[in-house]
Amino acid sequence: MDILTLFIVIPVLTITGLVLVRDIRQVRIVAAAGMGLQLILSAVLVYLYLSVRHSGNTDEMLFVRDLVWFKSLNIHYAVGADGISVAMIALTSLVVFAGIFASWEVDFLPKEFFISLILLATGVFGFFISIDLFTMFLFYELAVIPMYLLIGIWGSGPKEYSAMKLTLMLMGASALLLLGILGIYFNSAPDGGQLTFNIIEISRTTIPMSAQYLFFPLTFIGFGVLGALFPFHTWSPDGHSSAPTAVSMLHAGVLMKLGGYGAFRVAIFLMPEAAKELSWIFIILTSISVIYGAFGAIVQKDLKYINAYSSVSHCGLVLFAILMMNRTAMNGAIIQMISHGLMTALFFALIGMLYGRTHTRMINEMGGLMKVIPFLSVCYVLAGLASLGLPGLSGFVAEVTIFVGAFQHPDLFHRILTIVATTSIVITAVYILRVIAILLLGPVTNEHYNHFADAKWFEKVSAVTLISFVALIGLAPYWLSSMIGTSLQPVLEKIIAINPF
Amino acid sequence: MNTGIPLQYFLILAAIMFFVGIYGFLTRRNLITILMSVELILNSVNINFLAFNRYLFPHKMEGLFFSLFVIGVAAAEAAVAIAIIINIYRRFATINVEDVNEMKY
Amino acid sequence: MNFNYTLWILAVPFLMFILLGLAGHKLKPGLSGLLGTGGLAVITVLSYITAYLYFFRTGATEGVYTKISAFNYTWLQLTDKLHIDIGVLLDPISVMMLVVITTVSLMVHIYSLGYMKGERGFERFFAFLSLFSFSMLGLVVATNIFQMYIFWELVGISSYILIGFYYEKPSAVRASKKAFIVTRFADLGFLIGILILSFNTRTFDFITLTDPAGPAITQTGGAAFLGLSVITWSMILVYMGGVGKSAMFPFHIWLPDAMEGPTPVSALIHAATMVVAGVYLVARMFPIYFFAAPAALEVVAYIGAFSSLFAAVIACTQTDIKRVLAYSTMSQIGYMMLALGVSGYGGHDGLGFMASMFHLSTHAMFKALLFLCAGAIIHAVHSNFMTDMGGLRRYLPVTHLTFLIACLTIAGIPPMSGFFSKDEILVAAFHHSWFLFGVEYAVAGLTAFYMFRLYFSIFWGNETHYHHTPHEAPATMTIPLIILAAGSAFAGFIPFSRLITSDGVPFETEIEWAVAIPSVLIGLAGIAVAFLMYSRRSGIPDRLAAKFKYAYKWSYNKFYIDEIYLFITRGIIFRYISQPVAWFDRHIVDGTMNSIAAVTQYISFRIRRFQSGQLQKYAFVFVSGAVLLIVLLVYLWNQ
Repeated sequence: MDILTLFIVIPVLTITGLVLVRDIRQVRIVAAAGMGLQLILSAVLVYLYLSVRHSGNTDEMLFVRDLVWFKSLNIHYAVGADGISVAMIALTSLVVFAGIFASWEVDFLPKEFFISLILLATGVFGFFISIDLFTMFLFYELAVIPMYLLIGIWGSGPKEYSAMKLTLMLMGASALLLLGILGIYFNSAPDGGQLTFNIIEISRTTIPMSAQYLFFPLTFIGFGVLGALFPFHTWSPDGHSSAPTAVSMLHAGVLMKLGGYGAFRVAIFLMPEAAKELSWIFIILTSISVIYGAFGAIVQKDLKYINAYSSVSHCGLVLFAILMMNRTAMNGAIIQMISHGLMTALFFALIGMLYGRTHTRMINEMGGLMKVIPFLSVCYVLAGLASLGLPGLSGFVAEVTIFVGAFQHPDLFHRILTIVATTSIVITAVYILRVIAILLLGPVTNEHYNHFADAKWFEKVSAVTLISFVALIGLAPYWLSSMIGTSLQPVLEKIIAINPF
Repeated sequence: MNTGIPLQYFLILAAIMFFVGIYGFLTRRNLITILMSVELILNSVNINFLAFNRYLFPHKMEGLFFSLFVIGVAAAEAAVAIAIIINIYRRFATINVEDVNEMKY
Repeated sequence: MNFNYTLWILAVPFLMFILLGLAGHKLKPGLSGLLGTGGLAVITVLSYITAYLYFFRTGATEGVYTKISAFNYTWLQLTDKLHIDIGVLLDPISVMMLVVITTVSLMVHIYSLGYMKGERGFERFFAFLSLFSFSMLGLVVATNIFQMYIFWELVGISSYILIGFYYEKPSAVRASKKAFIVTRFADLGFLIGILILSFNTRTFDFITLTDPAGPAITQTGGAAFLGLSVITWSMILVYMGGVGKSAMFPFHIWLPDAMEGPTPVSALIHAATMVVAGVYLVARMFPIYFFAAPAALEVVAYIGAFSSLFAAVIACTQTDIKRVLAYSTMSQIGYMMLALGVSGYGGHDGLGFMASMFHLSTHAMFKALLFLCAGAIIHAVHSNFMTDMGGLRRYLPVTHLTFLIACLTIAGIPPMSGFFSKDEILVAAFHHSWFLFGVEYAVAGLTAFYMFRLYFSIFWGNETHYHHTPHEAPATMTIPLIILAAGSAFAGFIPFSRLITSDGVPFETEIEWAVAIPSVLIGLAGIAVAFLMYSRRSGIPDRLAAKFKYAYKWSYNKFYIDEIYLFITRGIIFRYISQPVAWFDRHIVDGTMNSIAAVTQYISFRIRRFQSGQLQKYAFVFVSGAVLLIVLLVYLWNQ
């Protein structure tokens, strides 16, 4: 069995294990052990990837495996990984691992909760390793469906409404996506011959322009909805605010990255000509996302809403950078996905922990938490600083790479929009510091707070895991950036072929 | 071979029984009556089977057998249906179909 | 000569920050304070060794100081040509800054051992001081503009944390937030400036950028926008970052509020080191300003001049002693900016450049001293307001003497160091423009006046009734005062022009008495006026305030700049941008989505009627359909 398939097998085995065990302690242990194994496995994968690359292997995809699955339509179970998917897999295992610990104290149907959570993770892992469009779509759907249950059953507030809204909007998006994928499939062999879903094979041909014009927007919007593209982002605030902690973490941290990753790997990679022609529309939309999300976050009162809008802004930046279609910006987009994944997961984990103590998420009702729960507060400040792009934490690396990359665009229009997007760093600082000031600093507003216990061990595991990687990327970004950079080569070759500058 | 009563008489009888059954099935709200109407429909079909068998293909037995089948199935169906009806009655204390709407919507 | 060891100048405070930050609460407070101070002492020694080696051993080749890249490590590769490096660049100004920063920082560390004793979060304080030292040193030794930006942000955050050190005090929290956001806004300009600059020059590296014969300066005519070249615009934007960090008009509003932080922090960050980062930035990029963007240099000069006048006027009416010092800082930094703005390049033409750096060093000494004295006074009196003070010279003899030295220095009275550095600036301004010279001349008088107003009200005047007798600070606090006082008094005799010049070529300066004598006279005049008004409790200040009521009120309220900002942020951005955006999102964007859902639901409710669940109705439809079909068939059959 190849290493990539293990990424699906382990969660499935964990789920099987969860079905078999009985009490809540065993459930926790099995879930944590399974995802811990997954984390170790992804570390092994990163190591293997780097050593294989180091030994001079320049294949587009490594660890490839291809099994025919459905012969008459030429659907394969095809997996493979390049630097980008390896990075995304590592991100996913980190976030899932932290998520398990953040939901350590789920006591309502814990077994079912962890099963759904890991099922969701399975879908995400499968998505990132697939290089067959159909399999990819299948895993995508697998990731979206458990979300409905997780929010609908274990959520809070208007959970049925939010779950319904989120699922329906994402399903609507996947309908567009399915159309796009089928469109690509039926045009995958313009010169006759076997139609294929395999991304690598499709990338070697050129899809006819007329088809690209039709299917690029479909695919891009299909993935864009998941990546919170304005104006299809409204599922995000409601969904996040109703979702339980681990689900918010996974959703903002990983699931939203499916959008960026898909837009990059499918929409841009397979249809670069249309992407070049039509990108201006989406670049305008994404720069609106960036600014609009940030302004939207300033006046929110619910912590999760603030983060949801901040995610809209940050994920907008991902799509913005992808559409710039040059090496640096795309590199930045991938780093931003990873960085945002880590720090937003951290944010949601901490919000969950705060909520577990104060039983409110309204910032106006809290205050002075720094004094009573310093560990969690410091973690929150760190997450905030990462979010506003402080050097030494991952957000800065990502944003700088994006801004410098986007500014290298030869077109003045794109450079001006880059400047517009840059202003988000100030607005981000405003809302982050506002939250920190109201929530953590100042005198203790409620005397019950003095009895709060600081983080428990599992909360520390969750927060420290995420923070250490945020800091690692922030302090030494070179290896990550170069790992992603080499993997961008195939995409860039396609782009340069149509657009030499 | 011919015995005086023309085929049409059987058919007319069967048609009357059939439509009486249909009418009862559509209009009645009482489950027992509905069941009786279904029996009427089935039996009108039986008459048709037998009459056609007798008049058109007197040397074959398919019509006869088919009606025997129908009678057998009808008996089984009546047993099941009455069992359901009794259960419904126990559960809801009514056998009016319009009142049994718990699973609706 | 191998300068590899300079890596430790960055590494030691960083490691100290990590150590104290992670394990500080487990150590005894005293130990963590000593660790932090010890770490800083080590890098102070290293910096002095570096300065000695650079200036007197290896820095100069054939009498010209060159830029030495001690080491350079690629931190992040962006494009083929653009990469962010982390390294150490040694040249006269960075070495000078190393010495200045480590000296002041060490003094502040020692002082804090006494001042912060017994405070909650003592080890946290030292951890953050280490972080600040790391960031500030990283900023000055930056080899490229992006490294500078990185550390620029880091000093910003250190400043934010330290201003908000007393995080339970709402005013401190507000001040820290304000400081960070205002400087962040200015940094946005810096970042955009870097983007434009690097887009046109394809490099971040200072050595390449500032080489007068290099491609960055010679080959970037570029397109013009609003009459100025793209490079000029980028340099103005970069300067915007400097304006924010150095608290120049119009981004000065954070500095007075930043005085909410502990006094040692005000001394270190908001007087001596971080706030001069803007000056350092312009000095660092000076060749580009001079050769490629002279218009931007004019902007530097005028903003500097205006800020120095503006701040001096406000300083005359403030009563919080730390705020007076804050405005004085702003005013003095204005001097430095002006000096850079009027400077030429190379040899004696670069007098302004040299003077600016000279004043930066002396200012660091005497302003840190002033703040530390203020700390000692506040420590003794438990108040920030000069109205609560008076006659303190009897109780605080050491503080009194050192404060007096500092006041004489800032007023530019010979032979104090301030006289020499300020004189060079005035000379440079004199040769550039009469107008700027006039402004600075007036500011010199105002400076002497408001400083001695402070001095007389605190140490002379009528004795206020104190709750308990004020007492002199402990030795850990007075020793730094004495050392800094000695520095302020004698630093003027350092032959600056032989060490630090715009192009590395040393030159000789002498005092131009035609400028120096009037400037000393106006300084003395300022002191005399202050003496008359404040040495005894006289009614003069109140009468003057009543007479020039509006002028006094405007100055006292800092020309209402804060209110304007508040109006823009709260009134416009908050109310007219953010809230409408949030409303729009809720009601229009999300409303559209919800109404799609609502319409769908409405239709399905309608359609649901057909699906009544009653078998008989279905059967009726079925039978009617069948009958209809039969009728139709029969009809068609007959056709």
